[in-house]
Amino acid sequence: MYARSIAAAAILAALPVLASAGTLDDVRKRGSLNCGINTGLAGFAAPDDKGVWQGFDVDFCRAVAAAVLGDASRVKYTNLTAKIRFTALRSGEIDLLSRNTTWTFSRDADLQTTFLGVNYYDGQGFMVPAKLGVKSAKQLGGASICIQTGTTTELNLAEYFRLNKIKYEPVPVETATEARSVYLAGRCDVYTTDASGLAATRASTDAPADHVILPEIISKEPLGPLVRQGDDQWADIGRWVLNALIAAEEMGVTSANVAEMAKGTKNPEINRLLGKEELQGRASLGLAPDWAVKVISQVGNYGEIFAKHLGKNTPLAIERGLNAQWRDGGLLYAPPFR
Amino acid sequence: MRDLAIQVLVVVAVFASGAWLIGNVIANFAALDKTFGFSFLWRLPANYDINQTLIDYSNTDTHLRAAVVGLLNTLLVAVIGIVLATILGIVVGVMRLSGNWLVSRIAAVYVEFTRNTPVLLLILLWHGIVINAFPHPRQAADIGGLVFFTNRGILVPRPIFEPGFWIVVAAIGIGLAAVLLLRRRAVRRRETTGRETRWVLAGTLIVVALSTVAFFAAGMPVSFDVPELRGFNFGGGIALLPEFAALTWALAFYTSGFIAEIVRGGINAVDRGQTEAARALGLSEGRVLRLVVLPQALRVIIPPLTSEYLNLTKNSSLAIAIGYMDLVATLGGITLNQTGREMEAMILVMLIYLLISLAISLFMNWYNRRVRLVER
Repeated sequence: MYARSIAAAAILAALPVLASAGTLDDVRKRGSLNCGINTGLAGFAAPDDKGVWQGFDVDFCRAVAAAVLGDASRVKYTNLTAKIRFTALRSGEIDLLSRNTTWTFSRDADLQTTFLGVNYYDGQGFMVPAKLGVKSAKQLGGASICIQTGTTTELNLAEYFRLNKIKYEPVPVETATEARSVYLAGRCDVYTTDASGLAATRASTDAPADHVILPEIISKEPLGPLVRQGDDQWADIGRWVLNALIAAEEMGVTSANVAEMAKGTKNPEINRLLGKEELQGRASLGLAPDWAVKVISQVGNYGEIFAKHLGKNTPLAIERGLNAQWRDGGLLYAPPFR
Repeated sequence: MRDLAIQVLVVVAVFASGAWLIGNVIANFAALDKTFGFSFLWRLPANYDINQTLIDYSNTDTHLRAAVVGLLNTLLVAVIGIVLATILGIVVGVMRLSGNWLVSRIAAVYVEFTRNTPVLLLILLWHGIVINAFPHPRQAADIGGLVFFTNRGILVPRPIFEPGFWIVVAAIGIGLAAVLLLRRRAVRRRETTGRETRWVLAGTLIVVALSTVAFFAAGMPVSFDVPELRGFNFGGGIALLPEFAALTWALAFYTSGFIAEIVRGGINAVDRGQTEAARALGLSEGRVLRLVVLPQALRVIIPPLTSEYLNLTKNSSLAIAIGYMDLVATLGGITLNQTGREMEAMILVMLIYLLISLAISLFMNWYNRRVRLVER
């Protein structure tokens, strides 16, 4: 934590000048993608019973690795707390940050990062033990509230309570895991974070029914992956891998049928996506023509990833809601592959 | 000649690596389009809340003010931790020298346990004990309805001093002046006649009597804001946050083991002949300790004690593990993260720790010189 910040500062001091362009070459030469993920958040980044990291955010790392290296498993994961994630990205420790991170003006403009898009539309909510009988966030006057430091939720919380003239005691924690244990110990009455994080934490308690998520959503939290500022080609790769995942769902390309479809379909956009028809500028991306086939066959499309880690058949049971395709009333809208 | 060459080489190496580091910083900052400067401290609002503030603070204040709040929280832990560790350390150190087998064994176990456990584990242990074993505010354990123990903190009544309280303060002042006078007379009397007066006892009685009389005469000018349960948490009184209590106690607990050994070593270092000679002169046990043993032991104790104080202060930066909002958590944590100014924030945090450590060293060196003057 602290040591990491020092380490990052030291890296800034001791590393020979960073090669600012050429992340793609670095990754190829290394043969693996350095990807920053959460220290543990069910559904987004958590180790399975074999110790392999799994989750919605992890799958984006795997998708980029599949596109760049042709193999989704060639990812080296670095677990980062909310507080040190940007430092790790800026200092070159990781190539890509895929860690439920909110896209904000300051982070994009001031923190030398480039957001690749939104892969999860979220908002900040509150979770309380059901036995407290709280029905609304407005009733939380005087409560102790657990909050992850170094997040936008920390700033939203301060602003929301200031505007509503409600007093509260912030209880800062470093990680979702720590928040869970401190909240369950009763050190705080309330845990606040993105609604998806609340669902994940709630699902990982012994008795999820004992905890309720309050109706108020007090902020917009568009979560997405990001890269260091200054390498446009690398940012383009990440952005279009994300677009490919979303477009593939829209066009009905799945991990099951992608091999078949790659042989050619009647839909020219699918053909362009999968490398069957010429797509102007494909070479500029610096990837193999069939990169999208590798991504979808190894990782699946957006809908498959969502269903696997967050959907109804998982303990989190999150509805698609805002994260449905635009045709289904959601906000997912990939630019065309043309 | 060879010595000179080695020294020149060392100087060149030090400067070269320094220049290399600084050069890299400048180059990397340029590559990242970063600028270097501290204006973010007073230009940007902090936007985050802090749960323990010794000065007025709100989330619309600047990062600078948030950093000062954090610094004060660090100093609070350091000062209280040092006082607690010293008291505990002296008690345990003297216990280890006790002729009573059981007492000295208990002290030995205490010392071995505290010294041989990583301090981070101790901090986590005590924090875990406080938040898991202490009751929820609604089932708070209390002492006479005044002091409450909960997993949200330990609550004690807050004294409210009314205007009439200055009379009591004045009475205590007069009492203390009288004690000084008594002491002067007692010393003169001992020097001229060799006879002892029990001025300490008399002085204490005078101060207690004067202040008690003044207290009632002024109409009991102190009231207490007693903590009470309001909604989710206790309101009123003074709340010692679990994070503060756990951190301070863990640091004091850990450091006291080292201090106990230093105290034991210091006392052992005084030649037995000194004690025997003092006893032979007919001095009481208290005086043997106060006039003969301690002044000589202190000379041995103070320098290593200083380094323990420095360790405790620096170890307080482990606060981050349990979410105590100290300097590292504010300036070196949230501010660093929100503004992206790693280099500036880390330089400042290190400089401040350096300054605190130097201040402690200076004070202890001054005290050490004062103690040395006693040497004949």
